[in-house]
Amino acid sequence: MFKKILIANRGEIACRVIKTARKMGIKTVAVYSDADRNALHVQMADEAVHIGPPPAAQSYIVIDKIMDAIRQTGAEAVHPGYGFLSENRAFAAALEKEGVVFIGPPSPAIEAMGDKITSKKIAQEAKVSTVPGYMGLIADADEAVKISGEIGYPVMIKASAGGGGKGMRIAWNDQEAREGFQSSKNEAASSFGDDRIFIEKFVTQPRHIEIQVLADKHGNCVYLHERECSIQRRNQKVIEEAPSPFLDEETRRAMGEQACALAKAVGYTSAGTVEFIVDGARNFYFLEMNTRLQVEHPVTELITGVDLVEQMIRVANGEKLPFAQKDLKINGWAMESRLYAEDPYRNFLPSIGRLTRYRPPMEGPTERGGVVRNDTGVYEGGEISMYYDPMIAKLCTWGATRAEAIEEMRLALDTFEVEGIGHNLPFVGAVMDHPRFVSGNITTAFIAEEYPEGFQGAVLHGHDIRRIAAAAAAMNRVAEIRRTRISGTMDNHQRRVGDDWVVSLQGESHPVRIEADRDGSTVHFPDGSHHRVTSDWTPGQPLARLMVDGTPLVMKVGKIPSGFRLRLRGADLKCHVRSPRQHELSLLMPEKLPPDTSKFLLCPMPGLVVKISVAEGDEVQEGQALATVEAMKMENILKAERKGVVKKISAAAGASLKVDDVIMEFE
Amino acid sequence: MKDILQQLEDRRTIARAGGGERRVAAQHSKGKLTARERVELLLDEGSFEEFDMFVAHRCTDFGMEETRIPGDGVVTGWGTINGRMVYVFSQDFTVLGGSVSETHAAKICKIMDMAVQNGAPVIGINDSGGARIQEGVGSLAAYGEVFQRNILASGVVPQISLIMGPCAGGAVYSPAMTDFIFMVKDSSYMFVTGPDVVKTVTNEVVTAEELGGASTHTRKSSVADGAYENDVEALAETRRLFDFLPLNNRDKAPVRPFFDDPARVEMSLDTLVPDNPNQPYDMKELILKVADEGDFLEIQKDFAANIIVGFIRIEGQTVGIVANQPMVLAGCLDIDSSRKAARFVRFCDAFEIPILTLVDVPGFLPGTSQEYGGVIKHGAKLLFAYGEATVPKVTVITRKAYGGAYDVMSSKHLRGDFNYAWPTAEIAVMGAKGATEILYRSELGDAEKIAARTKEYETRFATPFVAAERGFIDEVIMPHSTRRRVARAFASLRTKKLSNPWKKHDNIPL
Repeated sequence: MFKKILIANRGEIACRVIKTARKMGIKTVAVYSDADRNALHVQMADEAVHIGPPPAAQSYIVIDKIMDAIRQTGAEAVHPGYGFLSENRAFAAALEKEGVVFIGPPSPAIEAMGDKITSKKIAQEAKVSTVPGYMGLIADADEAVKISGEIGYPVMIKASAGGGGKGMRIAWNDQEAREGFQSSKNEAASSFGDDRIFIEKFVTQPRHIEIQVLADKHGNCVYLHERECSIQRRNQKVIEEAPSPFLDEETRRAMGEQACALAKAVGYTSAGTVEFIVDGARNFYFLEMNTRLQVEHPVTELITGVDLVEQMIRVANGEKLPFAQKDLKINGWAMESRLYAEDPYRNFLPSIGRLTRYRPPMEGPTERGGVVRNDTGVYEGGEISMYYDPMIAKLCTWGATRAEAIEEMRLALDTFEVEGIGHNLPFVGAVMDHPRFVSGNITTAFIAEEYPEGFQGAVLHGHDIRRIAAAAAAMNRVAEIRRTRISGTMDNHQRRVGDDWVVSLQGESHPVRIEADRDGSTVHFPDGSHHRVTSDWTPGQPLARLMVDGTPLVMKVGKIPSGFRLRLRGADLKCHVRSPRQHELSLLMPEKLPPDTSKFLLCPMPGLVVKISVAEGDEVQEGQALATVEAMKMENILKAERKGVVKKISAAAGASLKVDDVIMEFE
Repeated sequence: MKDILQQLEDRRTIARAGGGERRVAAQHSKGKLTARERVELLLDEGSFEEFDMFVAHRCTDFGMEETRIPGDGVVTGWGTINGRMVYVFSQDFTVLGGSVSETHAAKICKIMDMAVQNGAPVIGINDSGGARIQEGVGSLAAYGEVFQRNILASGVVPQISLIMGPCAGGAVYSPAMTDFIFMVKDSSYMFVTGPDVVKTVTNEVVTAEELGGASTHTRKSSVADGAYENDVEALAETRRLFDFLPLNNRDKAPVRPFFDDPARVEMSLDTLVPDNPNQPYDMKELILKVADEGDFLEIQKDFAANIIVGFIRIEGQTVGIVANQPMVLAGCLDIDSSRKAARFVRFCDAFEIPILTLVDVPGFLPGTSQEYGGVIKHGAKLLFAYGEATVPKVTVITRKAYGGAYDVMSSKHLRGDFNYAWPTAEIAVMGAKGATEILYRSELGDAEKIAARTKEYETRFATPFVAAERGFIDEVIMPHSTRRRVARAFASLRTKKLSNPWKKHDNIPL
C-alpha cells in the first residue's frame, strides 16, 4: 500500500479523502493557495505545501505546481478529488511520466468520456441506451430542421463542447429548430471556441439518475446502484438521494449493467459515474460519464456501506475489488443536502464572509436509529472566500426508509447553525417539507416549477404552527421568570408571571394558557386542545431542542422585542409572545410597510463595483445595464427594473459595497 | 356608605376617561396609545399606583374654567418593572393636548422628588403640545421647576425619556437632560422651534419629520439614543433597558440569573483579526461572544458608528461596553464618536456600572472639519471621562492602539484596572509605514531600504510586547479565552474601592 498520498484539491473533498487515508494508515499531503492558508484540509493533513495565489488558475489547476509538491514531499499517489485536475488527462499523463499513481481512471478513459459526441458513440457501440439523435456534425440550419423532423419534436439542440446550459436550445417545431441551431452555434463559438452542434430528442418529465460504477485493474466491474439528482437549480445539483424513488428493480439492473458495459468498453478502472436521463415512462438514456469521484458519492456509501475513496485507493494500488455484484445490496435510504454559501432570498446570489457561527449537527447514529454524516471543509471563524466553489458542506442522512431519511434530514437541518453568511439551509429545509418532494414525484424542473418566483421562505401550516406556538409560549415563560429574579426587587411585591399569553406568528394569534409543573408545561388552546412541552432550553441558547407531545422540535432562536425569531423547516418566523393586554394594544399599532426602495439601485450582494455604466441625469430604459458588481469572481450586471432618470450616483468604480448599499438613486 | 364608595369609583372612571372617547379614538388612529395604556405596558401588570388623579388646573383665563379635566393632562405614579420600583409620568395628549400647566408640572415634580428621596429611576413619557398658553408665564415657571429637578436627579437616579408624540419648544429640555431618550418612528418629533417658525425666520422649508423625527435625532443630531417601530415595541424595549440599570447611584448594577458559562471558550475569536492589517472586521462579533447569552443592548447605534456603546451582562451583572468599530472609518476617534462614548462612560461611572473597553483604534481622524469643529476639546471629553471614572475598568486591545488614541481608550495610565492585549495587538505611536517615513526620511528614495525599515519597525513595535515589557499591558491573552479572562477580571474587581479628590465638581471640557 502507498505510504503517502497527495490530495490535489481543497475544501470538503480534500478533508473527505484525508479521513479515509488516515483510516488506512496512509500519510497525507495537502496543497493550498494563499486564501486557504488556515483552511481545514491544511490543518487535517500530515503535511501541507503552498502552491500559489488564491485564483485556482494560478494554484490548484497548475500541473507544474502540483508536480513540484509531489516531488517535494515524496507522495506516491495523487487523489484529485472532483473538479480542478480530476478529469484533466494532461495531469494524468504528467503523473504517469513521473511514475506517480493517479487515483482515478486511466487517461484514455478520461479522454474518451470527455467529449460528448465521442462518448455517445462509444456508448452506442457498447449497447448503452442513448437519446435518439443525430450524432454527426450538422452543416447548416436546413439540415438541422431536417434532422429534427426525423427525430421527432421536441428536440434539444446542444453544443458539443457545452455544459452548464450554455449553447442549449429546445425546439418544438421547424422554425424553432432553425432559430435554435443558429443561436446555439453562435453561443457555442463565443463560449467554448467550438461551434460543433448536435441534435437529440428532448426528454419530457426528465429525472437525473446516475449509476455509480467501480472497476479494478483485473477486469472486474460492479455498479453500486443509483443516485437520483433531480433537484437542481440551473443545472447545479442541490439535493441527491440514493436509491431513486422512481426506479424499479428491473430498470435499476438494466441501467447498472449498461453502465458497467460502458466502463468496460473504455477500459475504465476506479470509481466513475454514468449519468442517465430518465423519462416519465422509465425510459433511460445515457447522458455522460464522469470519470471521477462525484460530489454526491456519500449517499451511495451510506446505502452500500462501501467507502468509495478507499476502493479508489486500493484499485489504484492494483488490488482486486473485495466484492462481487451479488454482494452489493441497497440498505435503507440516504439523502444529501448541499449547503451553499448563497442567499436564497436574493435569487441565490453568492455570499461571502466570515462564518461567525458554524455548528453542524452531531454526526453518527441518531436516537431514532438513523445516521447523520456531514462532509465539510470549513470551521467556525473561517472565511468563505470569493475564489472557489460556494459549497461549504454536504449534509447526509440515512434512514431505513425514504420517509425516515427525510425526517432525519429535517431535524439535522434544523440543528445546523450557520451564521455570518447567506446560505441555503432554509431552502433545502423547505424542500424537505414540500409535499411533492416528499411524494418522490420529482423532475429536474422541480425547483423551477415549484419556486417560479424564487424563494421567500417556507410557510408553515396548522399543526406545525400549534406546536411552535406552544413551544414559544413555554420558552417565553422561562425567560419571563428569569426576568423577575433580578436583584433589587421590592420584597414581598415581586412580579408574578401570568399564565395567559397570546402567541402571534405568520399573521395569526393564538391565545394560550400555560399550566406549568416541575417537568414542563402544558399549553392549552381555546379550542380545548393542548400540547405538552418539555425542554431544558434556557434563555440565550441559540438552538432550542424541545419535545412537544413526545416528538422532537428543534428551532434556531433569536431575540426580537416581545418574542423570538424562530427558524425551522425553511421558515423564518417572527413570533411574538405577549400578555393578553399587550396583545390587545398591539393590534392598535399601524402596519408599517417596508420603505420603498424602488427609487434606488441597491447592491444585491457584498462585492466590488467594477463599473458604473450610466451617469447622473441619464435616462435609462428597462433592462439597461446600470452597474457591474464583482463578487466571488463573478461579474454581476445590475439592470434597470423600469424606465427612469438617474438622479444621483452614490458609488464609484472600485468601491467595496455591502448588501443593500445604495449604488444610485432615480428621480 | 355604599354611595360614598361608589362616588370614588365614579370619579375614578371620569379621570380614567381622560379627554373622552373621541380624543382617545383620534389618538389611536394616529397609531398612538393613550397615556394610561402606555403606563400599563411599561409596568408590571397591576403594579401601577397612581398619584394626583383628581388634580385639576386653577386657571380661569380664556374660559379655561370650562375645561377642567381631572388629572390635568398627565398621569403620574409609581409601579414596578420586573419587581423593581420605578416612578413614571405619562403625558395625556387627549387632555388639552397634554399641555403643561402649573398643576401638570407639579404632579411631575412630586414624583421626581419621591424618586430621588426613595432612590428609584424616573421614566417620563412625553406626548405634549407644549406650554399651556392660557397660563402664560405660570406654564414657563412650571417647566423650570421640572428642569431643576432633572438636573438635581441627574447622577442620583437614572432618568429615561420616551418621546411618543410632539415634544417641542422649551419642553425638549427636560428629556434633553435625562440619561436616555427613545423615540417612536413616524409618530414622534422633537425640536426647539417648529417648521412654521423655521419658515418665518430663515425661509427654510422643512417637515416636522425632517426637522425632528426619530431618524433625524438618531442619525444626525444624536439627541435620541434609539428609535422603535411603535409604542408597544418602545415600551417593551424600555423594560429591557431598565433591567440593565441600577435603581440609584448608591446601588450596584443589577444581577440576574444567567445561563452561560463564564469560562466559555470561543475558538473562532482566534481568527477574528484578519491577516491583513488594513482589512476591517466586525467588533460586534467580539462583543456578542464575550457577553452572557449574546445579549447586547446597543445605545446610539445609528450615530458615530465608528464607536460602539451599550450594555451587556457578564455573570449576570451589567457591564457597559465601549468599543472601536473597524468597519466604520477604520474605528478612528473623531468628534462624534468621542462625544458619544464620553457621555456613555460618564453614565456608567455615575451609576457604578463596570466598563469593558475593546480597542482597535488607528488614531484621531485628521482634517480641517475635525479641527475646526474642536476635536481637541471633544476628544478630551472621552479622555477626561475615562480618567475620572472610578468604576471597574477592563480593557482589551485587539489590534491597533496608536498614538494619543491609545491613551484615551481606557489605558493603564488612566487607571485601567486590567489592561489586556491580544497577540495581534499593535501598540505604538503610529503605524509602521508612517513611523518609518518620519524616522528614515533620508532613505525615502530607496524603496528597498524603506521596506526593510518598515519590517524592522513592525517586528519591534507592531506587537503588544513592548507595552507588556513596561507593564502597560497586564497580560497578553489568547483571543479564544477573552470571555473567561474578562469575567474573572470583573469578578476580582467587585470589591474595588477608589475615589477622586474632593471637589465641588470637575470642569470637564464641555
